[in-house]
Amino acid sequence: MVGILEDKDRIFTNLYGLHDFGLEGAKRRGAWNGVREILSQTPEWICDQVKNSGLRGRGGAGFGTGLKWTFMPKQESERPHYLVVNADESEPGTCKDREILRNDPHLLIEGCLIASYAIRAHACYIYIRGEYVFERERLEAAIKQAYEAKLIGKDNIHGWDFDLYVTHGGGAYICGDETALMESLEGKKGQPRLKPPFPAGAGIYGCPTTINNVETIATVGSILRRGAEWFAGFGRPNNTGTKLMAISGHVNRPCVVEETMSIPLRQLLEEHCGGIRGGWGNLKAVIPGGSSVPMITAEMAETALMDFDSLREMRSGLGTAAVIVMDKDADIVKSIARLSYFYKHESCGQCTPCREGTGWMWRVMERMVTGEAEMAEIDMLLDVASQVEGHTICGLGDAAAWPIQGLFRHFRHEVEDRITQYRAGRPHVQGATLVAAE
Amino acid sequence: MSVRRLSPNQPASFAFQPETLEKAKWWIAKFPQGRQQSAVIPILWLIQKQEGWVSEPAIRTVAEMLGMARIRVLEVATFYTMFMLEPVGSVALVQVCGTTPCQLRGSESLMAVCKRKIGAKDHLSADGKFYWQEVECLGACANAPMAAINDYYYEDLTPESFEALLDDFAAGKAPAPGSLAKRQGSAPEGGPLTLSDPALYDGTAAKPLKKIPNAAPKAKAKAEPTA
Repeated sequence: MVGILEDKDRIFTNLYGLHDFGLEGAKRRGAWNGVREILSQTPEWICDQVKNSGLRGRGGAGFGTGLKWTFMPKQESERPHYLVVNADESEPGTCKDREILRNDPHLLIEGCLIASYAIRAHACYIYIRGEYVFERERLEAAIKQAYEAKLIGKDNIHGWDFDLYVTHGGGAYICGDETALMESLEGKKGQPRLKPPFPAGAGIYGCPTTINNVETIATVGSILRRGAEWFAGFGRPNNTGTKLMAISGHVNRPCVVEETMSIPLRQLLEEHCGGIRGGWGNLKAVIPGGSSVPMITAEMAETALMDFDSLREMRSGLGTAAVIVMDKDADIVKSIARLSYFYKHESCGQCTPCREGTGWMWRVMERMVTGEAEMAEIDMLLDVASQVEGHTICGLGDAAAWPIQGLFRHFRHEVEDRITQYRAGRPHVQGATLVAAE
Repeated sequence: MSVRRLSPNQPASFAFQPETLEKAKWWIAKFPQGRQQSAVIPILWLIQKQEGWVSEPAIRTVAEMLGMARIRVLEVATFYTMFMLEPVGSVALVQVCGTTPCQLRGSESLMAVCKRKIGAKDHLSADGKFYWQEVECLGACANAPMAAINDYYYEDLTPESFEALLDDFAAGKAPAPGSLAKRQGSAPEGGPLTLSDPALYDGTAAKPLKKIPNAAPKAKAKAEPTA
């Protein structure tokens, strides 16, 4: 057996699209089973069960899902409640929601119904990133099937009137932020809103709204069917459950796989991905949770567990569990500079520190890559990064600063070396191997 | 931020084709009454599908259709980078992902292929058939490097397979999207290592549940929200 999780405990049984994504196939794999019984319980019961399961948001922040649902008003007023599913998966390294959307959409639809009942919403929007055209077509087809089978819609067999709509974005990373997503859903530029008011008080159209990640919602049905204890039995306390992990970069066989939380990072890489290109000794650094979290070194990767607490102790984070692996052939300074360009490109331009800072940081990072920067600029860069971090409405400023801080925390000597070499007339040639291959 | 401007060369007018208009109405119907502005991104996208790009007359038409100020639609069209603001290749719009996970797996060599075969990035090719750009993470990192060509993803590319792919498009073929290394979705190369238990697929999971774990006894007192 590879990894820790057994096949019988997997939630996403059609992760690789080997089976029918449609209603027939999904039902055969257990989707929609028992949903009527689940909806015969009270919304409070559902929130409690989800709380007991220890499910934490799978979109990066890791906020307790059951707790989030209880923030919604207990009674419906003239303002309808909404559930919004964040399928704007754009974090570099992350490609897990895509597999749910195209291969197991019924788990998501079922979860939308249950979650909407739990927060007393009769309508749900799934906001999918614009580039996922094929995934959107699949999802629309699955929703159509669910409507036709009267699983959702008005007067459906579950007894909770519920409409599900798909909408899409236009290729802006920032719309993965929940308040920017709401702006975008309302047909505006995706610029984040200040909180408070929190979405549970005033979200889309000024109505109470809960926003959850695709994976979070798609997991809920299985948790309730199999019991909160079952889900809580995986991983360490406070980091429970199973999780889709996406591994990219310099491993022998990149893949997406469902594993238990708290699986040792090394085991994940060795067993599921065939190890690091050139063996474990060739590992240089790992970004364990999508581009926004600081990197960890090979030594740290030896002992790291894939969960919120272990990675936080290493001053990194689980994020979306998107592992980007870099071996010793990788130019890590260049890799981080490319991320800086990404954040510069994706900054929405609303807050000055981020709009100006991301561009400034990128330009300096490019000079760090070649070594033409001044030695003193390293501290200046870190100073600017710390001034961007925490001084913006949303988390994009932080996300732009952290990869740079992570790089200099662990590999400052390499950048210094590069600057020294440049001064000595032996400049580091950017992408030497790639140019030679052309 | 990416600075984006409308093209200096604009057509005189824009008109919806009947099927585009029908789809636009379907989108508007998804949103509550009076919230038709929510459909602006999907409708601009439909226009891009019809015309290949988003022109200034089209922006005006959408503003009238949705009852929005023209500047608001212009804002949306320039903010979201999926909207092309100038004509693109008649055969293919090639979007190569250049962000770190793809870069680590060799996206730069793909872009070199584009440069050689198509020309400068963000420009129409000389024959007007191709247009290529470097885009930010497209969310298929486990299948890196990849490119989206006319909306669909082509994954696990090598410079050789990518070049052959572009040749196919140029020859008027429609190559099937997906992994060009014959991988099963995002499973590891060589086939999935997990999800091999036949019991997952023989229908045992579909047997009706007798009871839900932890169900509250006689929990029929369903909180009836006042609708």
